Amino acid sequence: MAKATRWRRFTRSEAFSGYALVSPTALYALLMLAAPLATIVAFSFFKDGYLTVIREFTLQNYVDTWADPVFRAILLRSLFVSGMVTLTTVLIAFPIAYYISFNVSREMKSRWLFLITIPFWTSYLIRVFLWKVILGYNGVINSGLDILGLIDQPLNMLNNVQAIVVTLAHAYAPFAILPIFVALEKIDRSLLEAGQDLGESRLMTFWRVTLPLAMPGVVAAVLIVFIPTIGDYVTPQLIGGGKVPMVANLIQARMLDLDNKPMGSAIAVSAMAIVTLVSLAFLLVNRRFLGVQK
Amino acid sequence: MKFPALRTYAYIYLLFLYAPIILLPIFAFNDGTIIAFPLKGFTIEWFRQMADNSTLRKAVQNSLIIALSASIFATTLGVFAARAATRFSFPGKGGIIGLIMLPLVLPEIIVAVSLLVVLLGIGVKLSVFTVILGHVLICTPYAIAILNTAFNALDRSLEEAAYDLGETKLSTFRLITLPLVMPGIISSLLMSFTISLDEFIIAFFLAGAEPTLPTYIFSQLRFPKQIPMIMALGTCLVAASIILLTIAEYFRRRGIAKTGGTDTGGFL
Repeated sequence: MAKATRWRRFTRSEAFSGYALVSPTALYALLMLAAPLATIVAFSFFKDGYLTVIREFTLQNYVDTWADPVFRAILLRSLFVSGMVTLTTVLIAFPIAYYISFNVSREMKSRWLFLITIPFWTSYLIRVFLWKVILGYNGVINSGLDILGLIDQPLNMLNNVQAIVVTLAHAYAPFAILPIFVALEKIDRSLLEAGQDLGESRLMTFWRVTLPLAMPGVVAAVLIVFIPTIGDYVTPQLIGGGKVPMVANLIQARMLDLDNKPMGSAIAVSAMAIVTLVSLAFLLVNRRFLGVQK
Repeated sequence: MKFPALRTYAYIYLLFLYAPIILLPIFAFNDGTIIAFPLKGFTIEWFRQMADNSTLRKAVQNSLIIALSASIFATTLGVFAARAATRFSFPGKGGIIGLIMLPLVLPEIIVAVSLLVVLLGIGVKLSVFTVILGHVLICTPYAIAILNTAFNALDRSLEEAAYDLGETKLSTFRLITLPLVMPGIISSLLMSFTISLDEFIIAFFLAGAEPTLPTYIFSQLRFPKQIPMIMALGTCLVAASIILLTIAEYFRRRGIAKTGGTDTGGFL
């Protein structure tokens, strides 16, 4: 009896309505995301039989993965490339976000944001491929320089880390611009006036007021660019010509080409763990900037 | 505080952003099989080749089925979650919403690999359907982000007024809430559609032998002979996504105007 009334009270509560509403979506995420993620974590501790997976606990996959110099080299390269991409993207995106937030009139802001997001929504593959056209042996830059008579031999700009960095920095530009823009928009403009009234120069006001207040946006931008780029498959394949593989290419090769699922899982889990660690470390370093504007 | 030099920088930056897209139509209409300057002359041969290609037609058909289904499912799931997140508070809300939004910060390859392992493990045959499952997962967070804004802008007193006037919860939702968030729903549908149409990695892993538009493009990029046709295809895709986005933006702005808010930003 008491149980029944308590149940009835619960079904009428706000929490129950919340759970009931969120449950279809939550269930989907549980089945299609949480369960599969748990499965690859489990697989990474299983043995690989030819074409099957032997359900026996082992740490061998991790031992093999981390002892493999190829894996270590590829992981280091992925971290380096993602780091460079993140640095480049955020550095060139900040002035744009600043320009839109501070220099553009109110009505024009959403037009500028629209303009910046359009390239992002066009075919990713074709955008990446076009960088190959731009940077290629007889590509746009080389033929342009040739017509101008600046070079005798075409420059070799493809199949290296720099080309991957340029392509990814282009692909992830809006991801960096939008969070920084949002943070800049939140800044109380009177703080800047106060800074100048108190005798700071424009640059010093920027350095001591604007930048620290924009940091939450910068931190978000760094994470939003860093995490997906480390798992990028297409760009190393097309722009790197398969010569500079990154983690995603390695996972794909182990999983599909070699059909070694436990090994592929161990690499995927290791990569995820590293990405999480790096991201947490970055958050920790920048924690004093977060929560400033509450 | 203004820094005048920024204007020049902004225009250079836009050029950098648009450089690949400007090149696309140039090479799509260029009468040469090699993608390089100097240009050879005008042709529509590549568009003709594109129209005659039967594998491409199959890929387009598959992609449209996937994008349409994924956008409808993702938006429906998004409405549930966004409504729950904006209207109710319940224990564990942060964790639940966090899990749902996780694909936003998870490398797509991880989503693809883990789904592949599970689906093969329980013996599901890879097809268009399995791609839809994956795409719903990655489109839902974007749908929620858009719908959250729409539901947040909603004035709760309008709903309360409807209750007071004797409407039930369901009829209030249909008569008051839904029309007010409709612009958000439409822009979420369009956004999910665009994301799904362009998604490569999950389709690459989960489509089996079925071609989708991005996996077809990827397979053709290896053959230099096919590149001009891909340029023509790319031109059509860019045109299509600009049209879709303009419609999405129109509805987003109308939604803001309808609920009486001020326009503060773009997508995402």
